[in-house]
Amino acid sequence: MTTAVSVQNLTVRYDDFKALDAVGVDVAAGESFGLVGESGSGKSTLLRAVAGLAPVAEGTIRVEDQQLQGARRDKAFYRSVQMVFQDPYGSLHPRQTVDRQLLEPLAIHGVGDGERRILKALDEVGLGSGFRFRYPHQLSGGQRQRIAIARALILEPSILLLDEPTSALDASVQAEVLNLLEQVRRDRKLTFIMVSHDLGVVTHMCDRLAVMQNGRVVERLSSADLVAGRIGEDYTRNLMLASKGFRRG
Amino acid sequence: MSALLTVNDLRVRFPTRTGVIEAVRGVSFTLGRERLGIVGESGSGKSQTGRAIMGLTPSHAEVTAKTLSFGGIDLLSAPPKVRRDLRGKRIAMILQDPKYSLNPVMSIGRQIVETLRRHESVSRSEARERALDMLAAVQIRDPARVFDLYPHEVSGGMGQRAMIAMMLVAGPELLIADEPTSALDVTVQLEVLSILDKLVADRGMGLIFISHDLRLVSSFCDRVLVMYAGRIVEEIAASDLASAKHPYTQGLLNCMPVIGADRHPLPVLDRKPEWAL
Repeated sequence: MTTAVSVQNLTVRYDDFKALDAVGVDVAAGESFGLVGESGSGKSTLLRAVAGLAPVAEGTIRVEDQQLQGARRDKAFYRSVQMVFQDPYGSLHPRQTVDRQLLEPLAIHGVGDGERRILKALDEVGLGSGFRFRYPHQLSGGQRQRIAIARALILEPSILLLDEPTSALDASVQAEVLNLLEQVRRDRKLTFIMVSHDLGVVTHMCDRLAVMQNGRVVERLSSADLVAGRIGEDYTRNLMLASKGFRRG
Repeated sequence: MSALLTVNDLRVRFPTRTGVIEAVRGVSFTLGRERLGIVGESGSGKSQTGRAIMGLTPSHAEVTAKTLSFGGIDLLSAPPKVRRDLRGKRIAMILQDPKYSLNPVMSIGRQIVETLRRHESVSRSEARERALDMLAAVQIRDPARVFDLYPHEVSGGMGQRAMIAMMLVAGPELLIADEPTSALDVTVQLEVLSILDKLVADRGMGLIFISHDLRLVSSFCDRVLVMYAGRIVEEIAASDLASAKHPYTQGLLNCMPVIGADRHPLPVLDRKPEWAL
């Protein structure tokens, strides 16, 4: 199996603070890989470093056998890697219609046939063409996240970086968006790297996952191992316990 | 059990340019010294119910009810002075995100002292003592240090504990917690919840716990009200949650991904228009 994303010995520094400390992760093509941890553990930073949004101090990132330098990414990179952010209220331009937001990536990459692609993208995320000329404030949170997913998919990337894609949504809407993501992954044979603090979501969506703490990967395991309780680290066990919910002690 | 709070046919309406939006449409319940959960999705009216009881509904909205009484006081006809005296003293509210709901330019200690001195005539030094005790009660390890910190200098979990301290320092009889842990990490959530749980039990307060997380609420409360489109669609004892009858409650329970359950795709809510009637 080929490697879609390979991160070796990656360190990200903000002044004196090490957000990532020599992190290594390999994600196979077509795989769905999860990153779990508390806030500040560096899981989002890792995703942002791959996308070129974090200052890399050391280490290498290879995406589809291309070595990436620093934070520079060429256009071809963004055609194969797209990202969906946590907060659909913040990641869509408030004064642009859905149509305009979906047209933008096509315009940047000089892709023609906008009309058909936009309609297809909307259809794919389960929104009809009736949503095409709406503004973000006329949409619910779940609908906005669908637009953000449509925007990521419209360039037909092969890798999708998902940064807590459902944590701003209601549980019932979360189920719909997770189902949508699984559907498009199956249909397009996408590679997912998904960040979440919710072990339930990650084990549902991902085959393998890495548990992060204080900028380091403390454990790598498969979802099946996690479910079966074959856990090596106390930290992972604590997360697992916490996700089971409140118990009166 | 005498009722601490009686709510009968509570309605909250927001007049807008495009017509009146009814956020809460006839909610009724009574609360003794117990833990009551209110669950629903965004827009179901659960937070507006809590805010109406607290008296924090925006002034352009209309609040009506057949009865809305707390400890024998009719809240709707009570003059603003009476409500101000209740708020913070006998009814307190914990809000979702300490980043936004604490005063950013006031130290944590001063905010706690302010609540106390507003409602009781205590000396400065006594107020400080009680604030420090309260910070210790929410398991902050070094209360004297945290007393002088500003909200941006503490973590989310610590901020939320400071907020609990602030709300409980005047010894309220009713505590309304509106999504008190949704902004926190899972591991921190449990710590904050167990502190809250212990304090509520020790002080014999009534608690209204508002959340969108049905499982969390059911593990924390005795009784759960499930709200949909401004109405209560089901009331159920937390222990009987598995036998919930309303399809909406069942849908909420089933749609969460559970560790170890292999369900692809996840069941989604099939919203029926008649639920909103």
